[in-house]
Amino acid sequence: MALKNSARLLRNCNTKLNFQVKAALSSEPLFPGAKTTWTETLEFTQTSKPIPVYRVMDRRGNIIRESEDPNLPDGTILKMYKDMTLLSIMDKILYESQRQGRISFYMTNYGEEAAHIGSAAALTNDDVVYGQYREAGVLMWRGFTLECYGNNDDKGKGRQMPVHYGNKELNFVTISSPLTTQLPQAVGAAYALKGKNRIVICYFGDGAASEGDAHAAFNFAATLECPVILFCRNNGYAISTPVEEQYRGDGIAARGPAFGIHTLRVDGNDTFAVYNATKMAKELALKENKPVLIEAMTYRVGDHSTSDDSSAYRSPEEVQSWATNDYPTNKLRYYMEKKGLWDENKEKELLDQARKNVLKAFNAGEKKLKPQWTEMFEDVYKFMPKHIRSQMEEMKAHVEKYKEQYPTNKFTS
Amino acid sequence: MALNKVCSFCMKKVANENRTLSGLLSKRTHFIYSADENTSVKGETKKMNMFQAINSAMDIAMNSDKSALIFGEDVGFGGVFRCTMGLRDKYGKERVFNTPLCEQGIVGFGIGVANMGATAIAEIQFGDYIFPAFDQLVNEAAKCRYRSGGTFDSGKLTVRAPCGAVGHGGLYHSQSPEAYFAHTPGLKVVIPRGPIKAKGLLLSCIREPDPCIVFEPKCLYRAAVEEVPVGDYQLPLGRADILQEGTDVTLIGWGTQIHVLKEVAQLAKSKLNASCEVIDLVSILPWDKDTICESVKKTKRVLISHEAPLTGGFGAELAATIQEECFLHLEAPIARVTGFDTPFPHVFEPFYLPDKWRCLQAIQNLLKY
Repeated sequence: MALKNSARLLRNCNTKLNFQVKAALSSEPLFPGAKTTWTETLEFTQTSKPIPVYRVMDRRGNIIRESEDPNLPDGTILKMYKDMTLLSIMDKILYESQRQGRISFYMTNYGEEAAHIGSAAALTNDDVVYGQYREAGVLMWRGFTLECYGNNDDKGKGRQMPVHYGNKELNFVTISSPLTTQLPQAVGAAYALKGKNRIVICYFGDGAASEGDAHAAFNFAATLECPVILFCRNNGYAISTPVEEQYRGDGIAARGPAFGIHTLRVDGNDTFAVYNATKMAKELALKENKPVLIEAMTYRVGDHSTSDDSSAYRSPEEVQSWATNDYPTNKLRYYMEKKGLWDENKEKELLDQARKNVLKAFNAGEKKLKPQWTEMFEDVYKFMPKHIRSQMEEMKAHVEKYKEQYPTNKFTS
Repeated sequence: MALNKVCSFCMKKVANENRTLSGLLSKRTHFIYSADENTSVKGETKKMNMFQAINSAMDIAMNSDKSALIFGEDVGFGGVFRCTMGLRDKYGKERVFNTPLCEQGIVGFGIGVANMGATAIAEIQFGDYIFPAFDQLVNEAAKCRYRSGGTFDSGKLTVRAPCGAVGHGGLYHSQSPEAYFAHTPGLKVVIPRGPIKAKGLLLSCIREPDPCIVFEPKCLYRAAVEEVPVGDYQLPLGRADILQEGTDVTLIGWGTQIHVLKEVAQLAKSKLNASCEVIDLVSILPWDKDTICESVKKTKRVLISHEAPLTGGFGAELAATIQEECFLHLEAPIARVTGFDTPFPHVFEPFYLPDKWRCLQAIQNLLKY
């Protein structure tokens, strides 16, 4: 015991001595807050050059530098393209259904298909996803069928608005509407998965990055060395608010280095660029137990949601330009055509089949009953406490007495 | 803040009218809106819905107070509920502007503006997304005057936030968070039942020397239409309105629930031959104890109804005070019909709400006790 104490004393003494010697000899600043150098020139720190956008393909689907072609198997490329196409067909049908009053709400993914599919394809289903709400393509890649009816098949039991997907088997944590809350959660999840050969990817938008939770998440991810990919879909708008009113720095990517996070900025409309970036990010996250920030530059071609009409704040010409010149699915299609993987006939066949499948699933979903209405009282807690049970019993008796006043025929009995 | 972006009403084109209506208004509404017909306010009136009345209040505030600023998420193009429509064009983007997407930022910024003596009118896009700003409201806005011995205050801050059920809002576009803020000395909290109240209360809040929160029932933005005075007027904070006099049961509510209760009073008359006194509490903090207790002493029975969950809902505070003040007058235990102690569920909304049938049954129980 005494020996141990003496050893510690000696060590402390050495440390103190070392520090004093170092302090006396050092010509560098020794402030604990930053490892840096001195200067005698007083000037504002200049912003550095904007971070460039990594791309693999040009607008016409040509590979610009051969070494960057991920050379994916044909089957993978076809699945990417088919999922991206299916996603936009599903968007179209569900958007129209909302207009017809058949579903209450929907959010399209138009223009961001490459960001979803490119990132999803670079991960495995063991990697955990925390989404914001515009990431249906990620789920589609993992094999999820989408829910908009809150019917009996809905894993969320109809409690949330449409598009708040979640799936335990596919490691996709159920979406909640509040923005950015998922970021620090994803970081915590990644910490818990350290050393288990799995990573977490967390999607968020350029608007969400302004919330306090975003800064908390960046800082926790860096200091606690969490294997997480913080994936920003910078689509230019937070509802009506353009990025010029959202931030003044070099986008979201510039914040990465400031937090000590490895950062990549990619063309979010280039499926292969997103794929390469996500793959590299995962490798680093696993190898070094460190976070990576990816900023995927893209454009929200659709309205924010079915409750929004974006013509009130941006020109149809602007939207049209992105929809024609830079549409991610088209870019991939040009590439596939050049490779001889795709042609007009295959396109037609895919569109017909996809439309049929979506409509079939949609119509079947529409006919299904909603869950039992007493499900409303379940899952507030693991075990229903007495006060909730008595409220449920009271309501059951009430509904029994006033049957004709409640839409019980739409719910499972 | 979140999907917080769900409900944009764009009236730019008439062609969009149907579309925007379908965007938010429920096909199956749980209430029948009834307009205020007799207003004590004199002068010229104009037919306005609630978002137009709120817009009119802010227009007057901006015009009469050059220091006033309006800010929040998406307020620049008129706000997702159209309350700030046209104001950026009229007063310039230095005074009416979008903020980054950050509720704690919006409220903190507003407190700073108010600290400097300027008027801050902040919008939180949905009441459900006010919680990141909880710290700024509860620990800062509410306590600023107290902790500085009256040297500093944030009285010129007003926060507007939509609240309440809307037919398909689910967990995060339906909540009524008034009780959380009622627990915070230093704040004032009001909830209008329609356009006339919304305008007068908002103008009072903006000019009140203490920080105020106005929760605006989003269901009423379009559904509620009244003849609203076009001029500048204020309605008192802290005072309840007796909307209908009665002798058998006092019905107390606020916001959208007032319209449910007015219909319930009619049902009670026709089905139970009961005479109900309907009171809109209007002001949650401070609340009008005198009006409530006077009514209960007269009717001897009371039903309190709100959309928020039962446990810890503001009805509990009313009930506790009523039993303290009116114990010997009561002929039946105080009844509460409220949302259940669960999150606000999407497809189960028709079963969750304190609808007219649950209220009617409660009145029957009160009378039979």
